[in-house]
Amino acid sequence: MGMVYLDNNATTPLDPRVLDAMLPFLKGEFGNAASRSHQFGWTAEEAVEKARKQVAAVLSANSKEIVWTSGSTEGNNLAILGAARMYAEKGKHIITCRIEHKAVIDPCKYLETQGYEVTWLDPDGKGRVSADQVRSAIRDDTILVSLMFANNEIGTIHPITEIGAVCKEHGVLFHTDATQAFGKIPIDVNEMGIDILSLSAHKIYGPKGVGALFVRRKKPRVRLVPIIHGGGHERGMRSGTLNVPGIVGCGEAAEIAMNEMPTESVRIRKLGEKLWNGFNSQLTEIFLNGDPDHCLPNTVNVSFLYVEGESLMMGFSDLAVSSGSACTSASLEPSYVLKGLGLGDDIAHSSIRFSLGRFTTEAEIDQAIEQVVKAVNHLRDLSPLYEMAQAGIDLSKVEWQHH
Amino acid sequence: MAYSDKVVDHYENPRNVGTLDADAKNVGTGIVGAPECGDVMRLQIEVDDKDRIVDAKFKTFGCGSAIASSSLATEWIKGRTIDEALALKNTEIVTELALPPVKIHCSVLAEDAVRAAIADVKKKREDTASLETGAAAAGAASSMT
Ligand SMILES: Cc1ncc(COP(=O)(O)O)c(C=O)c1O
Ligand code: FES
Repeated sequence: MGMVYLDNNATTPLDPRVLDAMLPFLKGEFGNAASRSHQFGWTAEEAVEKARKQVAAVLSANSKEIVWTSGSTEGNNLAILGAARMYAEKGKHIITCRIEHKAVIDPCKYLETQGYEVTWLDPDGKGRVSADQVRSAIRDDTILVSLMFANNEIGTIHPITEIGAVCKEHGVLFHTDATQAFGKIPIDVNEMGIDILSLSAHKIYGPKGVGALFVRRKKPRVRLVPIIHGGGHERGMRSGTLNVPGIVGCGEAAEIAMNEMPTESVRIRKLGEKLWNGFNSQLTEIFLNGDPDHCLPNTVNVSFLYVEGESLMMGFSDLAVSSGSACTSASLEPSYVLKGLGLGDDIAHSSIRFSLGRFTTEAEIDQAIEQVVKAVNHLRDLSPLYEMAQAGIDLSKVEWQHH
Repeated sequence: MAYSDKVVDHYENPRNVGTLDADAKNVGTGIVGAPECGDVMRLQIEVDDKDRIVDAKFKTFGCGSAIASSSLATEWIKGRTIDEALALKNTEIVTELALPPVKIHCSVLAEDAVRAAIADVKKKREDTASLETGAAAAGAASSMT
């Protein structure tokens, strides 16, 4: 068997149907969507507007509320910096959470250097922030709440509808980074009280480097100060000649994801459960990170105690996954997301994220279970921690030699 | 990151995995690192009367490079004297395993573990020696009366 790809939260392969939709715009149909004076431009514009409708449909939004971006990093920056600058006179307080993606954390940190104040909510042990936490954090000068729809590392889904209602109640804008949720679980921006939402095509079998920001036009009409200035494209919020093939791909990917969501979410969740049950029936001392009751269908984050994540990944060389271990990153710090849940660093070091996708098969799950179990057993034979734990030693009481 | 063939070989076929009796007086145990740091290395040596390391064992929680470094270290120090083992430098491990810069600390850990194990066995000997001289002195004292 070949390589098994279980890292779909990092990125996904392009769906061949998406590629087919894009190809004409990489070949003959090269027009600039902003060219109003000839057929080349009209064809491009028509394609862009069709894609806008396809994306809006997934959110129950109006297509006029979709702003094309280069992906969620840009979308999050535009949402946060754009709202902060637009509403600075109303207040300079923003609420977010410690386990957001860096593309939310870093713009918020930047704003802290610019005279804004940020409240960093702590999630519970499963990665959730409650609507009550948001309510107690809201002040008179709060202008924005930014909380992700679903977490990329652990898959935990926040109580978005409740949080949206609290924001409405207090007249505070609500931005959600829905990069991991879009196309995987139902989203309705009106029912959920979402004012701004970021999404990215490459997480849903579309091309990389393209995405969109939903910006509400009514009740309330949200305005953002652009971060890219120029020709005034996208209602002035994002200048730059549109990436027509990318946008067409994003639209097609969104439509396919929406159509297949009812069956795919069930199929993928079953495979995820199979994976976890497979581990759990053959290994002791493992646990599932996140919130099984509020989790993306495709994300299974497991800590295999007493073995370190990077060495574990070495043991299954034809399995592509991610680890929360510091050894896999240049920073030497284990995952801030897992640490943010209050889990010890040792547990973060022992974690592996399996993220399933559209092209994951049951045979691949069988293969993954077999390889992971084998690698964990191999490494536990080598692990002084496992030996000590088996001997009944409480590892938290040992005096380690930190370095 | 791609691992060198030697790292992969030590990972797949680690040498000298195991446990020696930490209470035996000719066994030295070195444990370095901490679980929170993502690496814990335990290296043990058994030393004969002539200060020669007759056996070495390790267990490591850590990345593949840490496992390979400790496996290689046990292989190298077996049969050497304590003083020869103390001369082992982490840079030799780096070269042998072709470790990239971010993995140098894994080799340092192995060097530290060897030193810690040697220090432990030396300390045990001193303790025993002082116990014995103490006992001899006590014995001498009692014979005076
Ligand atoms: C939750 C979340 N937000 C933002 C991003 C960044 O998205 P993009 O790669 O489109 O910039 C990602 C993906 O890496 C993500 O998972
Ligand atoms: S033990 Fe962490 S990088 Fe080697």
